[in-house]
Amino acid sequence: MPDLLDKRLVFVTGKGGVGKTTVAVALGLRAAAEGKRTIVCEVSSQENASRFFDHTEVGFHEVEMEENLWSISIDPDESMREYVLLQLKVRAMRDLLFRSRIFSYLAAATPGLKELVTIGKIWELAQLDRKVKRGRKYDLVIVDAPATGHGIGFLQTPRTFASIARVGPVHSQALQLNRLIVDHEHTGTAIVALPEEMPVNESAALESELRSEVGVAVDRVYLNALYPERFSNQEAERLAELAAGENGGVRAAARAAVSEHGRARSQRAQLARLRRRVETPVRTLPFLFEPELGVESARELARRLH
Amino acid sequence: MPAVDEILAGKDICICAGSGGVGKTTTSAAIAAGMAARGLKVCVLTIDPAKRLADSLGLRELGNEAKRVDPALFERHGVEMKGELWAMMLDAKATFDELVARQAPDEESRDRVLGNRIYQQISNALAGSQEYMAMEKLFELHTEGRFDLLVLDTPPTRNALDFLDAPRRLTQFIEGRSLRVFMKPTGLAARVAGRGATVALGVLKRIVGFDLLADLAEFFNAFSGMVDGFQARAKRVNSLLADPHTCFLVVCGPQGEPVREAVYFHRKLVEAKLPFGGVIVNKVHYPTERLRGDGGDLGAALAARLGDEELAGRVAGNFADYQALAERDAGNIEHLADELRTKGVIRVPYLDEDVHDLGGLAEINRYLFASAEERVALAAGRA
Repeated sequence: MPDLLDKRLVFVTGKGGVGKTTVAVALGLRAAAEGKRTIVCEVSSQENASRFFDHTEVGFHEVEMEENLWSISIDPDESMREYVLLQLKVRAMRDLLFRSRIFSYLAAATPGLKELVTIGKIWELAQLDRKVKRGRKYDLVIVDAPATGHGIGFLQTPRTFASIARVGPVHSQALQLNRLIVDHEHTGTAIVALPEEMPVNESAALESELRSEVGVAVDRVYLNALYPERFSNQEAERLAELAAGENGGVRAAARAAVSEHGRARSQRAQLARLRRRVETPVRTLPFLFEPELGVESARELARRLH
Repeated sequence: MPAVDEILAGKDICICAGSGGVGKTTTSAAIAAGMAARGLKVCVLTIDPAKRLADSLGLRELGNEAKRVDPALFERHGVEMKGELWAMMLDAKATFDELVARQAPDEESRDRVLGNRIYQQISNALAGSQEYMAMEKLFELHTEGRFDLLVLDTPPTRNALDFLDAPRRLTQFIEGRSLRVFMKPTGLAARVAGRGATVALGVLKRIVGFDLLADLAEFFNAFSGMVDGFQARAKRVNSLLADPHTCFLVVCGPQGEPVREAVYFHRKLVEAKLPFGGVIVNKVHYPTERLRGDGGDLGAALAARLGDEELAGRVAGNFADYQALAERDAGNIEHLADELRTKGVIRVPYLDEDVHDLGGLAEINRYLFASAEERVALAAGRA
């Protein structure tokens, strides 16, 4: 099976707040540095990735951030307009449809439709033979996937729609999207986790659901924000004694060191648990002691990705 | 700085809202446990399919029925439990089924909906149906009146507002009136709907196919006798959310992104005229002693005490890193308080250990319920 960055489409997934955007951008920087034409996709109009590059909002456009690296924010409404136009081929007909009550009602109210057209756009970006006019060919499409609060709902959407529509165009297109998702040769996922008790449990559960229920390949688990081991046990003991007998700055600094030592140790225990509980290779990424993560932080992580 | 119990005094419902990964589930559980310890009968509802809440409450699993948390567990952690703590995890499908059964005029209509293929898919698998049902369950529990306080852990959508819109979207979808009319292209309906609509329907058929449209029309027809009931209910759910006895607490983390989202969410609450109660910031780095400008001296002082310059350097470096995060957090929280025009920012520190059990919840509650000190009998057993 090809390695993560040798695939055509990679979903970066995990719970909210684990650093998916940072990892997605870092993977993008790494792939671009290796000479791959890469695009990082965001899916909920958050523009977190463009913020990394101190770029103004990219919107529903493929904007070049650096050499070989593009970014797009996939807006479901725009995706829908583009999709319908590709189907109807006549702009006036599309506009007529979008103005009709029946369409705006169905488009707004049907659960999961936003996710479906979003995945449709991702599929389009990953085609070597792009459907949109003058579409650029990408070697790699990286998706900063929505938080997996709903389990694996996002990646399951095509399959669900395929079974809602038993026959007809929605059925066959949804099946086509699902075929791409479960294509282990070209599509993969990276799970981002944190070195804490429950995020580790959740990542293990996510891995098994992605494999068994979605059928997508899981290529990597990134354990993010791992504290450095700055102090040995012996040093930590000395510092704890020092903290007990001091005041002011020395005491505060010694306590901060003891606390860091405790966290670093419990995180190592979580790392070991994670390694036992998942089948996928686990890689670690360091906690970056920076007030706000920017492109340089992502570059730093990109160098450490493997 | 008001404590959580002051904010929630006289409230029936507490809705914890915020983006994913900020500790919303843990905070909801801690608030519920804290209020229960103070004598209320509290139920915490989670929509998170992960087993976080069950784990933290010592329950093996949670389902669509409320389960009581064993009071002995609290005693084991040194917490005096004067009330009752109950917990449940929302099962969107089961809730939807119950709702249909309640709204259906007769058994035949009920079975027609429950047996509909499209219904079975949307009520179960698709992203979004959970938000649709969260509000419904909250409403149902509130109407039953079994609990003094309901604490809702909202779904971790990136767009924290989706769930507010849920009752309206649900009704809109089930209503499907326009489609029902359009699918009968002959007769009065078509004439009423007009030619433009018929053309639009023709275009739609080209895109989604006739069969799917026919299936959808059948789905909407199955619901036809329940639309009014659903609408009335959605209206009541909305007024419950806006009721002065409901309280929204915004939960966030201290970093730039979660704070930006909390500000955004607060603005939306105010715009929607929903009752905002306060904001809780989790995992805050705050030094017990704030020190400025003695960096150089500190290194020397550490070296003198430790007799080891290299170690002193690492300790000072670690402290500087920590201080930088603490200053960032302080700045972000100040910005948050300004934006929300509130002094009610409750900070929970970045604890030395992860919170994943009742002891951890009690530790958090020392901060959430801090200002009413005589009631901080809820001291952590291991503190």
